[in-house]
Amino acid sequence: MKPAEYYQRDRTLHPPALTPDYKTTTARSPRYSMISLQNSISEITGPTFGHNDIDPLDNDLVRNYAKDADPVGERIILHGRVLDENARPVPNTLVEIWQANASGRYRHKKDTYLGALDPNFGGCGRTLTDENGYYFFRTIKPGAYPWRNWVNSWRPAHIHVSVFGAAFVQRLITQLYFEGDPLIPHCPIVKTIPDPQAIEQLIARLDLNATIPLDAIAYKFDIVLRGRRSTLFENRLEGN
Amino acid sequence: MKQTLNYLRETASQTAGPYVHIGLAPGAAGFDIYRQELGQDIAGPNARGERIRVEGLVIDGMGSPVKDVLLEVWQANAEGHYAHPEGGGPVEDGFRGWGRVITDFETGEWGFDTVKPGAVMGRNGRMMAPHLNLWIVSRGINIGLNTRMYFGDEEQANAADPVISLIEWEQRRATLIAQRSDLGGIPVYRFDIRLQGDDETVFFDI
Repeated sequence: MKPAEYYQRDRTLHPPALTPDYKTTTARSPRYSMISLQNSISEITGPTFGHNDIDPLDNDLVRNYAKDADPVGERIILHGRVLDENARPVPNTLVEIWQANASGRYRHKKDTYLGALDPNFGGCGRTLTDENGYYFFRTIKPGAYPWRNWVNSWRPAHIHVSVFGAAFVQRLITQLYFEGDPLIPHCPIVKTIPDPQAIEQLIARLDLNATIPLDAIAYKFDIVLRGRRSTLFENRLEGN
Repeated sequence: MKQTLNYLRETASQTAGPYVHIGLAPGAAGFDIYRQELGQDIAGPNARGERIRVEGLVIDGMGSPVKDVLLEVWQANAEGHYAHPEGGGPVEDGFRGWGRVITDFETGEWGFDTVKPGAVMGRNGRMMAPHLNLWIVSRGINIGLNTRMYFGDEEQANAADPVISLIEWEQRRATLIAQRSDLGGIPVYRFDIRLQGDDETVFFDI
């Protein structure tokens, strides 16, 4: 059996392009249907990354921008596995994260929120999964912040996550939320997702087993990328 | 006992938001943190083939340039091979085939330098015309948009391309084809992406 194409993306669990309660989507969503493509070599391949691309400190947001002290805020470990829909680990794949600081302020020249910047916190990190698809970061739990959607819209605390997988069809950007955050059910961006179970899957769980006593609280967040079919009777991807 | 399929479900997408640069292009956000940002060198100095520049705008449904887009490109080398174990053949040392660019905060222009890819073997032995695979994320885009850029000076290959010919509306095919100009030395392909409205770019569910 040779592996071949990836499973069709289940668009019923992903947000549609047009979700008017998240206002920016109204002018940025295509009106025509997408054209569905069977995978070719252009889709089943994708960039690969190695340890030369990144540095060991890149996954430690407590240290990777610290100038003279640790950043202020709740110290957390964020860890989990990257798996595919067949529950197979996705090894050696690049995971990148970015986030606001404990005040809900981003280190970005376009962010003008009143919440204070932290001179010792950058807010981005990256790592490669190991051979079991496992990854971990250390960071500060981000704060909620306001945004101009409705007058009184607040994003729940979240960390943005970008993952590559082994193929361009697996490319994914998402956001992780934190268990118990009361802002989650109010957020129009969260609610772009039509499927309640798919929303639950974006909520990182408190993980006391991985918590480091007297040091950092842990949250566990597993990421699932598209799975790949095994061709049982034919392999016509490239015409053989 | 009821049988179950037991597949996991893909993690749902969310918008990259307005501050995607912090994570994926921190220099543009206004700070240096990494030894090297990824995706800046697509082809590498050893790459064979014609050096080209690709540039354009992403335009919203109001006709305005979108100024907070992050765009990734995935392409084959001049022989039509991808830098991947299943990429169809070897590539030059340092040829990555992947790049990441952002739009200018003031003008919305994006661009990158690379080499022109070769034709790629498609399904069932049908050759695909040279193309770039593009992926676009930004605030207001809930799930990354996939499209392809083809080359205006490859008319014959484009006419035989199995993906272009899947598009039933012939007038929409032109939205995927970049026009070439040779202004000062290196060829420039212009590719404006229209998210919505008249001449909306074709997007693919890949």
